[in-house]
Amino acid sequence: MSIEIKTTSVEPIRHTYSHIARRFGDKPATRYQEASYDLEAKTNFHYRPQWDSRYELNDDRRTAIRMDDWYAVSDPRQFYYGAYVGNRAKMQESAETSFGFCDKRNLLTRLPEETQKQLLRLLVPFRHVELGANMNNSKIAGDAVATTVSQMHIYAAMDRLGIGQYLSRIALLIDGSTGKALDESKGYWMDDELWQPMRKLVEDTLVVDDWFELTLVQNILLDGLMYTLVYHTMDAWLATQGAEDVSMLTEFMRDWYKDSLRWTNAMIKAVAGESEANCELLQTWIDQWEPQVYSALQPLAEASVGIDALDEARAELSTRLKKFGLQSRGVSA
Amino acid sequence: MAVQNKKLNLKDKYQYLTRDMGWEPTYQKKKDIFPDEDFEGIKITDWSQWEDPFRLTMDSYWKYQAEKEKKLYAIFDAFAQNNGHQNISDARYVNALKLFLSGVSPLEHAAFQGYAKTGRQFSGTGARVACQMQAIDELRHSQTQQHAMSHYNKHFNGLHDAAHMHDRVWFLSVPKSFFDDARTAGPFEFLTAISFSFEYVLTNLLFVPFMSGAAYNGDMATVTFGFSAQSDEARHMTLGLEVIKFILEQHEDNVPIVQRWIDKWFWRGFRLLSLVSMMMDYMLPNKVMSWSEAWEVYYEQNGGALFKDLERYGIRPPKYQDVANDAKHHLSHQLWTTFYQYSQATSFHTWIPEKEEMDWMSEKYPDTFDKYYRPRYEHLAKEAAAGRRFYNNTLPQLCQVCQVPTLFTEMGAPTKLSHRQLKYEGERYHFCSEACCEIFEHEPEKYIQAWLPVHQIYQGNCEGADVETVVQKYYHINIGEDNFEYLGSPDHKRWLSIKGIKPADEDKNAA
Repeated sequence: MSIEIKTTSVEPIRHTYSHIARRFGDKPATRYQEASYDLEAKTNFHYRPQWDSRYELNDDRRTAIRMDDWYAVSDPRQFYYGAYVGNRAKMQESAETSFGFCDKRNLLTRLPEETQKQLLRLLVPFRHVELGANMNNSKIAGDAVATTVSQMHIYAAMDRLGIGQYLSRIALLIDGSTGKALDESKGYWMDDELWQPMRKLVEDTLVVDDWFELTLVQNILLDGLMYTLVYHTMDAWLATQGAEDVSMLTEFMRDWYKDSLRWTNAMIKAVAGESEANCELLQTWIDQWEPQVYSALQPLAEASVGIDALDEARAELSTRLKKFGLQSRGVSA
Repeated sequence: MAVQNKKLNLKDKYQYLTRDMGWEPTYQKKKDIFPDEDFEGIKITDWSQWEDPFRLTMDSYWKYQAEKEKKLYAIFDAFAQNNGHQNISDARYVNALKLFLSGVSPLEHAAFQGYAKTGRQFSGTGARVACQMQAIDELRHSQTQQHAMSHYNKHFNGLHDAAHMHDRVWFLSVPKSFFDDARTAGPFEFLTAISFSFEYVLTNLLFVPFMSGAAYNGDMATVTFGFSAQSDEARHMTLGLEVIKFILEQHEDNVPIVQRWIDKWFWRGFRLLSLVSMMMDYMLPNKVMSWSEAWEVYYEQNGGALFKDLERYGIRPPKYQDVANDAKHHLSHQLWTTFYQYSQATSFHTWIPEKEEMDWMSEKYPDTFDKYYRPRYEHLAKEAAAGRRFYNNTLPQLCQVCQVPTLFTEMGAPTKLSHRQLKYEGERYHFCSEACCEIFEHEPEKYIQAWLPVHQIYQGNCEGADVETVVQKYYHINIGEDNFEYLGSPDHKRWLSIKGIKPADEDKNAA
């Protein structure tokens, strides 16, 4: 026996919007599809932007990469806004538990002063790198044309702000929320020799005009080396320095990076797979930027985990890029 | 840390978690990193004076927004499962949704793009972060609106290709050119236009009427979206007010620039709202309040108090507000009688108001409705009854700035058409009003670029020379389904069958 609730059934006259049906056929569409495809204005723009009259609004010439249809780039996570915030809400819940735990037990205030200093000098200044990533991804979200592409970047922009805030909170746990530790940490970012190549690199990305070049540099090359080095190798090294509790506070970053690989890989695959010309352009940008990213991380690696760890990260990135027919240095090791 | 300083208060803590992550660049010039910050002439002497309009760290943002989304989608699911579209007041109501999905939802997406841009343009980190949060909120609204109306699209016509139509259909160039105008301006004008004039001053006359209309007409999906978006909108409004105060406090030279923007964007917004006025008075079977009442409460009273408050900065009320105040007695009627004539080229239906509705309008518009507008409807009704439902086959003259057909009348002279024209570099341009003409005169090189739908049709840029081809092929309006008179339309017939009324009974009821 089963319970049967009678409802009136009504035949629909169509199953989805016409613009969705043109792509996927007139059948029930997913929420991701209805939220992501062909929503942005495409033609008949009224005025040229006063901040850049070379192009129209929503102009696909803002990057030198050419795609027949930018919607060929889509999100394997199927994140529309609701799915995105739902996912991040769960991630932040466990992060909150960890921060609460460390705070309650004074785990960071009890660390030796030397270890605290290492955290403030080697880890916390990455909050500024995160702010750079936030700015870059916001720019890309404003410049990219297809909603499938632009939405992934605004999510990334907000994620990076969030990660910067988690890093900042590590310092606030160390100094008992006075801000003193953050001041000290920012001093390293501004003046310590160790950080200057990285700060220069971040400032250099802030003047990159081509948004696809920028997403490649920021979300694939820089993150590719940085997240592996900092949140895996350096994390393990910090544990040997007596800061194993900090691992709890950077778990969000590891989970996040794993998640971000899904969309960045899908994006590069689609763009590199589109044409030989795209591949060549990507290769030019990789040749130009990958060594700079490597050099920017070098002093940080040397001061902590050693250069071998950076070479390993480099090899990992190289293997990843090879899958898309792209070359980078990193097999030297 | 041996020496403990004082614990940070909430405000300072939030600053450490946002703007303190920024820094003064030394490897690249600040001007190169933020190239768009000064070309408008706005002088910012000290970004540290920026007051964060709200303090929301990302972890809280994710948490609160996810809770809201969860509740919202539960309602959407229930609405679809129970065929909630059958419980609305009347199928004529759905036409308000058609106007919303093709006229407003694309603006939410444009706002997402615009705020993502300003979220990078300012050198003040606090302002950037506030803009980025609005960017992702606007993306939310654009997407949840697609989802809220998805079920309606399955059961009614005219909702099926909104973004495509937004780029092409003649009256949708009114909202589109409005937002294009803001997005192509510099970052400070964009915020003055959208955050201040639109979100802060006029939102109760744009967003709220649609949501209240949904509440009054049994549309659970849309009204739930409205409630869910309310706290986002509150944040956007506080940003709007902070932006204006910040710019004005930074430098006295900013005052005249901002005053001109307020004059311009008040008027641009007012013209855009003329579409909402007809929605409120004519498209809602259950009426919330009249346009003139809404204008009195939300503009004349609330706006009046706001501009009183801004007086101390040297800001006066928008230049042409008297014209707008006077127009409240006429606006919706002038719009609806125009759209009634051009229903062959719209994605929604029009109709002659029923007797009770006309009486309601007589009561709400005692000085104007019976005198100027009821006779028109009586005439049109007589024509329709005689089998001559009127459609105007001459395409209208559009205003070069607001792009509304030049249908408005002069202040204090409701039978005199308001029209201005001027010559610029050998070409003649037409305007609906003194205010639009003045906007043009200030930036002619911008407004001569306007993509005017009627001109474009005549120039042969819309896939056909005759209205029918343009409407069907270029606009994607399904002829005989999406357009024309409501009575007898497929939507109307479907509604009657939902309600179990045979068309013959309906005729009797109407007679």
